[in-house]
Amino acid sequence: MITAGIDMGIQTVKVVILKDGVAAGKAKAFSGFEPTKAAEQAFAQALQLANVKKEEVSMVLATGSGMDMAPYSAGNVSMMGADAKAGVFLFPSARTVIDVGAEEARAVKCDERGIMQDFVVNERCAAGAGTFIEAMARALEVKLEDMGPLSLKAERASPINATCVIFGESDVVSLIHRQESKPEIARAVFDSMADRISSMVHRLGINPDVVLVGGVAKDVGFIESLKRKLGISVLVPEDPEYAGALGAALTAASRKKGASK
Amino acid sequence: MTEKPADTKEYWRWQEYHRVVPGKTWSDKNLITAGVDVGSVGSKAVIMIDGEVYAWAVTRTGSNSPDSAIKVMGMVLDGTGLQQSDIKYTVGTGYGRVNVPMANKAITEIACHAKGANYIWGSSVRTILDVGGQDIKAIHCDETGRVTSFLMNDKCAAGTGRGMEVFADLLKIPIEDMGKVSLSIEEEPEPVSCTCVAFAKTEAIGLLRKGWTREKVIAAYTRAMAIRMANLVNRVGLEKEFVVTGGQSKNMGIVNRVENVLSVKTLPSPNWREGGLDPMIAGALGAALLARALYLKAQGS
Repeated sequence: MITAGIDMGIQTVKVVILKDGVAAGKAKAFSGFEPTKAAEQAFAQALQLANVKKEEVSMVLATGSGMDMAPYSAGNVSMMGADAKAGVFLFPSARTVIDVGAEEARAVKCDERGIMQDFVVNERCAAGAGTFIEAMARALEVKLEDMGPLSLKAERASPINATCVIFGESDVVSLIHRQESKPEIARAVFDSMADRISSMVHRLGINPDVVLVGGVAKDVGFIESLKRKLGISVLVPEDPEYAGALGAALTAASRKKGASK
Repeated sequence: MTEKPADTKEYWRWQEYHRVVPGKTWSDKNLITAGVDVGSVGSKAVIMIDGEVYAWAVTRTGSNSPDSAIKVMGMVLDGTGLQQSDIKYTVGTGYGRVNVPMANKAITEIACHAKGANYIWGSSVRTILDVGGQDIKAIHCDETGRVTSFLMNDKCAAGTGRGMEVFADLLKIPIEDMGKVSLSIEEEPEPVSCTCVAFAKTEAIGLLRKGWTREKVIAAYTRAMAIRMANLVNRVGLEKEFVVTGGQSKNMGIVNRVENVLSVKTLPSPNWREGGLDPMIAGALGAALLARALYLKAQGS
């Protein structure tokens, strides 16, 4: 059976083609001003990678903040539901899934079937999401992908009380003026973000194992800071940004299976 | 064809100035004290003669607190004939209070704002909303201007002066016109659901693209921010009389909406443009008053 999931994220659109329980093709594109077009592009690319024809896909489901704009979709899956499904599929021992995207972060508690039990979301605040790292990287004049490795060089974090992107920008500028080292500033950025996420997760209650997904889960600096703040190990899958799309594709597969019974 | 120059106008800039109260003189017999409030965005200084305001100055805070304190002190002394050495006691306050080189003591801006509001509006003031560059504070005080309780926002730019500066630049509206512009709408729009200033860059552009006017966009944001402020005031407990201090007290769009949400009128503010006391200097003013009290106490009189 072949199904697909489309995750219409704020910054990027992700597509996963699921063939007999395996993610056979994955592709993404910048959402831009025409997210539907971006999704069509990513979809075509994922099909090609999976070596699958569009007609062979028996069901497409969408998730992500722009899910209503998804092409080909037969319905929606909540972002939390998709996270839970994907988290347990990737790591059967997962009971908490933390998803940190460009503009939103959430934590989902789930059972062994990958069914969401409870969740918390950050209240649309850039300080707890990828945007924060991007803005701080700009202020530091460091490439986004270099932030993580840079932060790992630091023994300590600079004193920074930035929990808001707007103030963080000026904080970072004054730290640079004071000639604080860039690695230490970078570490402070990740620590402050991990602080926010970890207090959010604590509101939900930590239920191991913990899986981290979403675009920010690709950042080694953030992973390290989060582990430190949570005080436990965190599992990170390969291609963590595709978790939402994978969850949607998995949900499509189980809906199809349910329907054929 | 000549290329259109890039828009380099600094919409966020607000007026920096200094003022000496006319008709006031001083001599060696007077007790001269000062308050320096180094805020995250603005630095303010007040000089008092025997407990009465003599001069004040308002300027932008630079990247370094001591320099900002020295700058604003230089501005306030300008035209008074006073030297730094004539000032008997100086209290530093605000975000950069521990970095005020000429200060004899640092006191939190919460205590200073309450004292300052008591001086500006009188002893009937009980609730003060101080909206500064990076903090929103709701303060409750007694008839002597002593703080009885207070609350502040967690570090979030929504509703702060810094947040408004970002909006001014984003929408290309001079910051001092923001209040007026936000009130120039026929019908008050629903407040925006997401107040995060970092996201506003994309969200406000989205609203403009949907056909919203700049006025409507700024009204919706101002309303959302006023609701945040009103919630803070309600949590600390609103008791009349109520006043707004800090830089944002000059934003009529904010003050008006806070009044609407709370169903209360603020006490009328002096007109700072026509020589009246500037509600932005409340903290520095309170600091100068406390400086006087501390000096007298030290003298044992």
